[in-house]
Amino acid sequence: MIDFSYPFDVLVIGGGNAAVSAAITARLAGASVLLLEHAPRHFRGGNSRHTRNFRCMHEGPLGVLTGAYSEEEYWEDLLRVTAGKTDERLARVAIRGSYESFGFMVRAGVKFQPALSGTLSLSRTNAFFLGGGKALMNTLYAYAERLGVAIAYDTEATALHLAAGTVEAADITSQGFPFTVRARAVVVASGGFQANLPWLTAAWGPAAENFLIRGTPYAQGTILKNLMGQGVATVGDPTQGHAVAIDARAPKFDGGIATRLDCVPFSIVVNRDAQRFYDEGEDIWPKRYAIWGRLVAQQPDQIAYAVLDAAAEELFMPSIFPAYRAASVGDLARALGLDPAALGATVDAYNAAVRPGAFLPTSIDDGCRTEGFTPPKTHWARPIVTPPFIGYPLRPGITFTYLALKVDDRANVLLDGDRPTRNLWAAGEVMAGNILGQGYTAGVGMAIGTVFGRIAGEEAARHALA
Amino acid sequence: MRSPEFDGPAAALRDARRELEICNACRYCEGFCAVFPAMMRRRTFGDGDIAYLANLCHDCKGCFHACQYAPPHPFGVNLPQTLSTVRRATYEQYAWPAPLAALFHRNGVVVCAIAALGIALGLIVTLVLAGADVMTLPRSGPGSFYAVIPWGVMVGLAGTASVFVAIALSAGAVRFWRDTGGGTAVSAQPVGRAVREVLTLRYLGGGHDGADGCNDTGESFSQTRRVFHHVLFYGFALCFAATCVAAFEDHFLGLVAPYPALSAPVLLGLCGGIGMLAGSAGLIWIKVITDPAPTAKAVLGADYALLGLLAAIAANGLLLLALRESAAMGVLLAIHLGLVLAFFVLVPYSKMVHGLYRSLALLRNAIESRNPQEEA
Repeated sequence: MIDFSYPFDVLVIGGGNAAVSAAITARLAGASVLLLEHAPRHFRGGNSRHTRNFRCMHEGPLGVLTGAYSEEEYWEDLLRVTAGKTDERLARVAIRGSYESFGFMVRAGVKFQPALSGTLSLSRTNAFFLGGGKALMNTLYAYAERLGVAIAYDTEATALHLAAGTVEAADITSQGFPFTVRARAVVVASGGFQANLPWLTAAWGPAAENFLIRGTPYAQGTILKNLMGQGVATVGDPTQGHAVAIDARAPKFDGGIATRLDCVPFSIVVNRDAQRFYDEGEDIWPKRYAIWGRLVAQQPDQIAYAVLDAAAEELFMPSIFPAYRAASVGDLARALGLDPAALGATVDAYNAAVRPGAFLPTSIDDGCRTEGFTPPKTHWARPIVTPPFIGYPLRPGITFTYLALKVDDRANVLLDGDRPTRNLWAAGEVMAGNILGQGYTAGVGMAIGTVFGRIAGEEAARHALA
Repeated sequence: MRSPEFDGPAAALRDARRELEICNACRYCEGFCAVFPAMMRRRTFGDGDIAYLANLCHDCKGCFHACQYAPPHPFGVNLPQTLSTVRRATYEQYAWPAPLAALFHRNGVVVCAIAALGIALGLIVTLVLAGADVMTLPRSGPGSFYAVIPWGVMVGLAGTASVFVAIALSAGAVRFWRDTGGGTAVSAQPVGRAVREVLTLRYLGGGHDGADGCNDTGESFSQTRRVFHHVLFYGFALCFAATCVAAFEDHFLGLVAPYPALSAPVLLGLCGGIGMLAGSAGLIWIKVITDPAPTAKAVLGADYALLGLLAAIAANGLLLLALRESAAMGVLLAIHLGLVLAFFVLVPYSKMVHGLYRSLALLRNAIESRNPQEEA
């Protein structure tokens, strides 16, 4: 067991990619490092264990990455998905740093693979971890252990003692026992608050009780809340999170990637009252994937149902949960708990509005759409007529929250009035809101985590060893 | 939470189907081995599909250690353990003749018992045919082996066993092939690929370019299991070659065993025996120290028994070579032939059949991945 009375140079709070990257970097710089992971070893790695790639700038082919992905193109992509809710200076630090982060990961022993099938559009921009995020975290933890980072699992930091911009001590609970830890420098990389159900309910109202949390149940936001009470500056909308529509039968926490449903473009989506509420064919999947979490969250009881027929069944990734199937639309409605007459009327009205066109399931040039119908379905609209009829229930699944500790471009946590703290740095999801004020695109979270994790580790070690 | 390996084949199939459906919605492991691309070519998993995928799996455990849904996650995905359990059930399912499928129950005990019977048979046959002195008198020179066990008895037993084993394996192969999709149009290219993947153990090396190997003992990657399997496999092949060369020399050149120390049969057998001993010892060592989480305990008895039998044959053969001019030769030779006979009889009813079904699964994979449209 770790001696928590030992005065470590650097204390890292958190156990995901950003935290371990910070710990490795600080250790390589010569600092003694203690890393506190709230989860037990089996569930270590925060939300990083559910990830699969990181978005990486590169001027030419780099490892598994094809072509080039310039700083400007990366920045434009980020600007588009955040609709301008970003900090350009910090964003460019993350973008430029992502290139070196690739080398950092390779040196740590991380293995990459070409883009997974079905994600070929990302083969130029995103480097995929062989085996996914848990394999990545296994490799990073093994490297950190070899370097001599002290790692405490089942250990939660509950409070930081901040005085005059200096963290003097941290209260922790390790395997159920309280300790106080002192360190010369502290890196907070403990994620957002998306798994903190009371906090979600306070932010969203009672609707939050119907949300599913896609990732780790350990993202409680404890230190985020603790620091907010001690005059630390924050950025990002405190009431918003990134959410997608996932299978309503997914577990409350940790369902991860396998609970997603790709069927929306080939379905009609109705609410509890069997009424449609949005254009399912608005844009190419997965570009529109992320908006459906919000859309479903706004429906009564935060539930929706994708309805399709046998002709559409093999156009999307299989689900882990069996589809509801029925020989008629009425029977499907009964299986889903919807009013058969209402669903029948919705399907009939939709079928009548469908106009023939060229069906191109993977292209926005698809010509199948509805006419004189509100809301319209502007692509991939084909009549729902071929039994068996198929239904999937949808609920909002939260990926992460946007509220973040405000940092400068060296990951230094800022106090209200943008005054710097003396020995406190932040990395990963807990500060990603500086760059991602809204929206998301694949692999950006991991890029921010690695880049700012390394910066935070470097700065913390420099401070501790000075 | 569950122990599919103890709940019988039907439960193992149900669990495999559930886990494969989760894997097919996740697909993070696509880069590890052939199982995942083969899985992705399907949306539903019939019993034949699962038998195929289970035998395509080389038990490298990479997917388990990378799995976000591995226990204690409630989904409890443990593909190496589940597929090992299914694999064992397929050995039983395809065993011929059907009543002998029961030999796969408590297969470790069965293998040990048949090995013991083999030793007893070797000793009794020797006693009956050559008398008690053969066990105590040193002999040497050409023909000394056949003085212990006559050539005709040796060849007769080996020949009968070989014919029986060939029929049993063919019957299993035909049924496995039919259940996993059938098809007769096999061309040279996929056969070549499958043979290459068998001989190089590609999927114990990680299965992709620049791979670091498999998760032999835990979260880190290594090629150790692949190396030991190679040493065992090629050691076995050298011993087999030694026997073939000896048979050739005996039959066509009139050279009668035992052969001199610097002859081809002895050198091949010496190298092969050392390889078999080192390889089986290494594989046993890995099984002992490996992380038990992704292993199926129910198959371990069969694994250890076969490795133990191979090690015993090799050790006994080396001892026989060293002591062949001493009084111990008679006993050692009788034991050796008894063990070898037991081994051959056990090929269709022990872990040895994995070679057959794994090779066929690799062949099916080579055919499928070349021409995905062929599938129904």
